[in-house]
Amino acid sequence: MTKMTGAQAIIEALKKEKVNHIFGISGGAVLPIYDVLYDAEMRNILAKHEQCAGHMADGYARVSGLPGVCIATSGPGATNLVTGIANAYMDSSPVVSITGQVTRAAIGKDAFQEADIVGITTPITKYVTQVKRTEDIPKVFKTAFYIATSGRPGPVLVDVPKDIQQHSTDFEFHDSITLRGYKPRDNPHPVQVKRAAEMLVKAEHPMILAGGGVIISNASRDLLKLAELMMLPVATTLMGKGSIPETHPLSLGMVGMHGMAQANTLILESDVLLTVGARFSDRTTARVDGFCPDTQIIHIDIDSAEIGKNVKIDLPIVADAGKTLREIYKLVVKKAMTNEKSPWHSRIQQVREHYTSELERDSQSITAPAIIRSLRALLPNNAIIATEVGQNQMWAALHFQSLEPRTFLSSGGLGTMGFGFPAAIGAKVAKPDVPVVDIAGDGSFIMSAQELATSVLEEIPVIVVVLNNSMLGMVAQWQRIFYNRRYSGTMLHDSPDFVKLAEAFGAQGIRIGSLDEFSQAVKNGLTSDVTTVIDVPISPEENVYPMIPSGKTLKDMILGA
Amino acid sequence: MKQEKLQIHVIAVLVEHKPGVLYEVANMFRRRGFNIESITVGKTEQKDQARMTITVNGDEYTVEQIIKQLNKLINVIKVAILEAGNMVLRELVLIKIHTSDSKARSDLLQYTNIFRGRVIDVSPDSMIIEVTGDTEKIDAFIELSRSFGIKEISRTGATALNRGGKVIRE
Repeated sequence: MTKMTGAQAIIEALKKEKVNHIFGISGGAVLPIYDVLYDAEMRNILAKHEQCAGHMADGYARVSGLPGVCIATSGPGATNLVTGIANAYMDSSPVVSITGQVTRAAIGKDAFQEADIVGITTPITKYVTQVKRTEDIPKVFKTAFYIATSGRPGPVLVDVPKDIQQHSTDFEFHDSITLRGYKPRDNPHPVQVKRAAEMLVKAEHPMILAGGGVIISNASRDLLKLAELMMLPVATTLMGKGSIPETHPLSLGMVGMHGMAQANTLILESDVLLTVGARFSDRTTARVDGFCPDTQIIHIDIDSAEIGKNVKIDLPIVADAGKTLREIYKLVVKKAMTNEKSPWHSRIQQVREHYTSELERDSQSITAPAIIRSLRALLPNNAIIATEVGQNQMWAALHFQSLEPRTFLSSGGLGTMGFGFPAAIGAKVAKPDVPVVDIAGDGSFIMSAQELATSVLEEIPVIVVVLNNSMLGMVAQWQRIFYNRRYSGTMLHDSPDFVKLAEAFGAQGIRIGSLDEFSQAVKNGLTSDVTTVIDVPISPEENVYPMIPSGKTLKDMILGA
Repeated sequence: MKQEKLQIHVIAVLVEHKPGVLYEVANMFRRRGFNIESITVGKTEQKDQARMTITVNGDEYTVEQIIKQLNKLINVIKVAILEAGNMVLRELVLIKIHTSDSKARSDLLQYTNIFRGRVIDVSPDSMIIEVTGDTEKIDAFIELSRSFGIKEISRTGATALNRGGKVIRE
């Protein structure tokens, strides 16, 4: 038993969870917490908007595999967090949000800066709770971190009334907790594993679809071992990017609405698809009845609610990705049947060669793909890429070859414009020695550009590459193709001047006019003490291909104009 | 997913008995687009546990999704489907019925007896009848009462248990 205030107990609880960094903004209802933080050996990164604090915590979590923590005050502070939380929820990221709340006596009275954040975030959190009694703080925080990081990770929010933060009492801290309603299952059922192994061994056109679950489960090595043993080609979802080095001969790249042509083509020809930690989102499957209708699908996911939610599954395995892949490996390793010269592998080679030229055309002018490919060459293997959302994101997914897990951060589920830059800042906090680059569009970057101040003041230098087409490019692409070029609500013109904007915040800005200048700017950014914004003017007419129009199937892929 | 045959399913849900849990459960149904036909909640013999009985009208796919999503909620301890042939289900209704004269009163009393209902309040021109039974029985009694003139109805929704020794516990 230790006597302290609620606020002290909260910081103590965070210490016990080995939290070193907090992303947050102070305010009236978190004054007691921030007062304790003043002396604590825990760094608060003062974001400029709570949404971005949420994305920073998210980026931190994705890169480190540790929970990311953010703090916001009550009312607008808490509601500003909502997009950050929803984003973490869709991408299964362990973000723990702490919000201040008005005093218990004021709750329900529509007090100043009161918002029902528990009610608001219930559908977008894995778990949300309000501390009801000061002495409950250790248990509540233990529960929050346990739930956020175990099973299928996800965001948790703890709402703490201000009087609870102020009140002094005796606290008892525990090292573990058991919850009768929450027992994540991570060991695969042996019978299911055996059946999966049999299906894979018998298959003539077997293939792997790897999702974000592979990365979350730290199962990349297990995935690669199995893929290499059985010579299984590997396609990934956007979230699965980096689960296999994309330069690997078995890697086919991303599948889906803007997936690689080779991946989209071959997945339809697979007869057994081992899907690992992916949830068959509409962006992956395109029209769902056209997604692998003749394929037998094995689905490994730690969340049983994902089984059969979007696609009919032939063999479900509810378990941890890594554990399951290792078990399957043990069973198939005895039946070495690797055959590089099978008709399936000739077919893979044929498809690959057919589409390779598509990607590499026109590499001298300043196009988004050329810029992104040149960026890859300038960065070390472990460099971390964050993306915004829209064309920049899809170009990054298609043209930036990720080589390691946890190096490609993108808002996959929610599609949050403005995610990339704060996520990059969070990533840099987690890995200060690794270069971090946000591949941005002009429309997305402006949504969280105020965090330039955070990156400069907190000395967290990253590089932002703004693929600037003066448009909300992805929406404009759809307007160009499906709405007769009526650019309604998508023209951004030449505003702002990103060079001056960067400079105004004390960052450095540079506009480039050639690929050489781009290389120079990146090299310069890699050694800079401040954040570098590289403004890359590109044609507003440039489309992302391949693409699958909405309501169409993977078969209906369009390769170019 | 193809639409299959719609059917009433009865789901028993053991939950933590604390504030906000009903909201979490109801919100999950709303958020995922599932419809609740009826829901009843009450404390159980276990400390801090409540039991909900939720009836839904849906196909097999929908019910499977509902159960999986319920299981995901941290404050949900246990979820079970009650099989139609192997459970007892009861609902209670209170109906305030217009009784214009003594004939109406005596007719209503007869119907009430047939349905093993009870009169629980009488006023000069109305009576409150309590009937307990499965949903069809309640529906039938309400239908019968229409001829008198129904002033007000309050029904509880279904609550249910497995027959025999089988129990749903943590």
